[in-house]
Amino acid sequence: MNILKTLSASASALAMLASAAAAEISDGVVKIGVLTDMSGTYSDLAGEGAAVAAQMAIEEFGGTVAGAPIEIVTADHQNKADIAANKAREWGDTQGVDAFAELVTTSVALGVFEVAKQQNKIALVSGAASSPLTNDACIPTGLHWTYNTRALAVGTGSAVVKEGGDTWYFLTADYAFGEALQGDVAKVVEAEGGQVLGAAKHPFPASDFSSFILQAQASGAKIIGLANAGADTINAIKAANEFGVIASGQKIAGLLVFLTDVHALGLETAQGLQMTVSFYWDLNDETRAWSQKYFEKTGKMPTGVQAGTYSSVLHYLKAIEATGTDDTDTVLAKMREMPVEDMFANGGVLRTDGRMVHDMYLAEVKAPSESSGPWDYLKIVRTIPGEEAFGPLSESTCPTK
Amino acid sequence: MLTDLLGFPPQVLFGQLLLGLINGAFYAVLSLGLAVIFGLLNIVNFAHGALYMLGAFAALAAAKWLGISYWGALIIAPIVVGAFGIVIERLLLRRLAGVDHLYGLLLTFGLALVIEGTFVKLFGSSGMPYSTPASLQGGVNLGFMFLPWYRGWVVVASLAVCLATWLLFERTKIGAYLRAGTENPKLLQAFGVNVPLLTTLAYGYGVALAAFAGVLAAPITQVNPLMGSNLIIVVFAVVVIGGMGSIVGAVVTGLAMGVIEGLTKVFWPEASATVIFVVMAIVLVLRPAGLFGKAS
Amino acid sequence: MNTKIAYLIAIGLLLVAPLAIYPVFLMKLLCFALFASAFNLILGFGGLLSFGHAAFFGGAAYVTGHALKVWGLPTELGILVGAAVAGLLGLAIGSLAIRRQGIYFAMITLAMAQMVYFLFVSSDFTGGENGLQGVPRGKALGFIDLQDNLSMYYFVLAIFVIGYFVISRTVNSPFGQVLSAIRDNEARATSLGYDVDRYKLLAFVLSATLAGVAGGTKTVVFQLASLTDAHWHMSGEVVLMTLLGGLGTIPGPAVGAGIIITLQNYLASGPLGAWVPVVLGVIFVICVLAFRRGVVGELREVIRKSF
Repeated sequence: MNILKTLSASASALAMLASAAAAEISDGVVKIGVLTDMSGTYSDLAGEGAAVAAQMAIEEFGGTVAGAPIEIVTADHQNKADIAANKAREWGDTQGVDAFAELVTTSVALGVFEVAKQQNKIALVSGAASSPLTNDACIPTGLHWTYNTRALAVGTGSAVVKEGGDTWYFLTADYAFGEALQGDVAKVVEAEGGQVLGAAKHPFPASDFSSFILQAQASGAKIIGLANAGADTINAIKAANEFGVIASGQKIAGLLVFLTDVHALGLETAQGLQMTVSFYWDLNDETRAWSQKYFEKTGKMPTGVQAGTYSSVLHYLKAIEATGTDDTDTVLAKMREMPVEDMFANGGVLRTDGRMVHDMYLAEVKAPSESSGPWDYLKIVRTIPGEEAFGPLSESTCPTK
Repeated sequence: MLTDLLGFPPQVLFGQLLLGLINGAFYAVLSLGLAVIFGLLNIVNFAHGALYMLGAFAALAAAKWLGISYWGALIIAPIVVGAFGIVIERLLLRRLAGVDHLYGLLLTFGLALVIEGTFVKLFGSSGMPYSTPASLQGGVNLGFMFLPWYRGWVVVASLAVCLATWLLFERTKIGAYLRAGTENPKLLQAFGVNVPLLTTLAYGYGVALAAFAGVLAAPITQVNPLMGSNLIIVVFAVVVIGGMGSIVGAVVTGLAMGVIEGLTKVFWPEASATVIFVVMAIVLVLRPAGLFGKAS
Repeated sequence: MNTKIAYLIAIGLLLVAPLAIYPVFLMKLLCFALFASAFNLILGFGGLLSFGHAAFFGGAAYVTGHALKVWGLPTELGILVGAAVAGLLGLAIGSLAIRRQGIYFAMITLAMAQMVYFLFVSSDFTGGENGLQGVPRGKALGFIDLQDNLSMYYFVLAIFVIGYFVISRTVNSPFGQVLSAIRDNEARATSLGYDVDRYKLLAFVLSATLAGVAGGTKTVVFQLASLTDAHWHMSGEVVLMTLLGGLGTIPGPAVGAGIIITLQNYLASGPLGAWVPVVLGVIFVICVLAFRRGVVGELREVIRKSF
């Protein structure tokens, strides 16, 4: 009798121990799935570099967190929401992936959000820019790290209007991101007393912008706002040059320009361009040191998307370390509780709508004479405080905030 | 300053017309190549778009590694890619003699997948810049529109190539053979003409035309592995509209469709991607054999 | 008799398969097997190469998604609505395309499908580049929760079996016989008094409708519909599946779909991931040059010769 009692007691103790271990780290490993554009329009600004950045965060932890090894899996979603969502679903169902990271382009992030919501897994969004991700389209486990279209509008949009660019025509990438960016910038332009004359939607991605540039030319707007990104922005600026847009007095405003775009365009073409950035490698000693390490691995300086991927993965791992578990709700609560402190964000705050609030920067592209060499491209004009860039939480329309 | 035409500023109207004409020139050169190939091989070359892309890549590679200028590439790329086409014809297409012509379409579709897939893997899908030759940079303000020199050159060069092809077919001995081969290859063979060689040359020439168009397009659209992938389907529609009967038919239909597309961009931009397909549907209802086709 | 046993074994395997294999993968496989079998109706038995079947597959995918997500229809009804729209689309495209034959038929279907694709790109209800996301799976027969992958699998399996049965019955019916006669010799069929165009069109519409069933079901499984479903690469893929499995054989296309989907899945997770289109292209070329009977056709040939 006694023996039986002891047996059953020890059995239940064993079971409790087992379940406690399970509650610590599910299947004994922390697995992060990096879904990004490895070969397409956004591969330079995110892509392989984002995977490297995530890897750097893992290395900082020495490859283990809370006693469990950290693994990373990557996949190329080709900027297609269906490929991304299917991959994320499969990773979650069969590979035990605990969090999805990077997720450039809004359509991809939205697709992965659906899966993350169903599987109750954390989505660390870096590259996707649309502000709806923490508004109407928000999910409890979706974290928007690097920037958003509202911040870009507040930065570049208002700066351009203040300099007299008060009539706008948009060239907009025809998907969720383009619409969100155009919408946010139009709001700022109108609030500052400017006027939006029209917009042309172009296919994503587009190679020949000449016909859209003609429409923009005909609008007579002072500013042609490029509500697109990556290779699309580069091609649009080139077409504008070819058709004499600049010569005829219209100005181009790139609303989402990355360091890699400036690199591709060259300072001769890009000089004077204003851009809102979440990160620049040459901000301080910390950013310089990290970027140097990144440069040694990739041969390029990081974009904000890549640095943001690093920061989001690092913060996620810190929360696991602090709580000793990879349980989604526990980790999420810890991530919100701790300020985001690393070379990317200084005292960043993770809000309940999923927005990570940190300072943004308005920058201007240097003239060739001001630059000391490759990658020395930007001067910071103004620091935009996080609250101003992203707005207060009360503004968020996220239903679960 | 001219007054607005039909409510549209002249810059827009003429600008879009010019762009339409340029697209039309590409349609013309590509559908001309398809027609030449179809005439002798009786297959529709689905790889035409991929070979057009190869032309652009050949120009890019020539500039990067051999320092060959745009003008050199305009001659070399069609020759190199044309030679590649000849290899394809000899090694693969030839084996399909005697089976349903649909297999030719399927084979070239497979080839298109292989070629485009390989280039996407090697170079990514975002495209690489190829700069406009220095002598054609800039443009001129004509008052009613701004004409970039390079765009004007594209129209002139395409039309010249179309004219040269027409002269080749209509005014030379080899052209006479080619036409005879289209009509009755067996009889031509009986006269002692080497028809298989003629077939190979026809395929090579059609492919070279595609590559030529690719070089012309390189400075405009960026050199992109998928640049020919959607274009080829539009060109198919153009071919259905015109019928693959004649050289003049292919060229005229190509240009006309480009212009119609350009005008649609002015008056109803949303429909510009579909207008050619709509025209195709209408032509099929009214004249199933195509505008220049012979009723079969 | 032998085929009956083979089918029973196949169904038995399909019933236990999800115990060993990831059900979502199996569901994808079944959807494409149905798609390819439907496509074979027009290519294998009608002799018409349609290069535009993605329009029906993708069109139904969107309509089903919209019906479930926005109208809140029950799952079965949503799929049927999608299939019906695909059938109407088939009627429209088919009546234009059958005006020409052979290569022109292929080019016309391709062009019309491309037009439909552009319409989807610019339509609001499809979500354009974003795709139509977050489609609810709903409940089968009103009470089986399909959110569970296993229930969903048996639901898809049932649809597949019904679709396959319809196709095989059609092929063996008098209608199917006439269709094959037209494929083999159109002039003779005409002279025998058959209204050839009517038969072709009917087969085309039926094929489009069943392709629509496959597309709609796929949307329910993945809970999203996207431009990939309607892109011409999809049209090409289904040609390849059919060709590889065996043109004009009833089980061939399903086998072909199985091979291609497995291959894609297998390659995608390995170092060859980015080479998938190239591998498909190579298979295409090999099939056309040396393997025109396809897997099932070749197998039959081997069996015929050895007995």
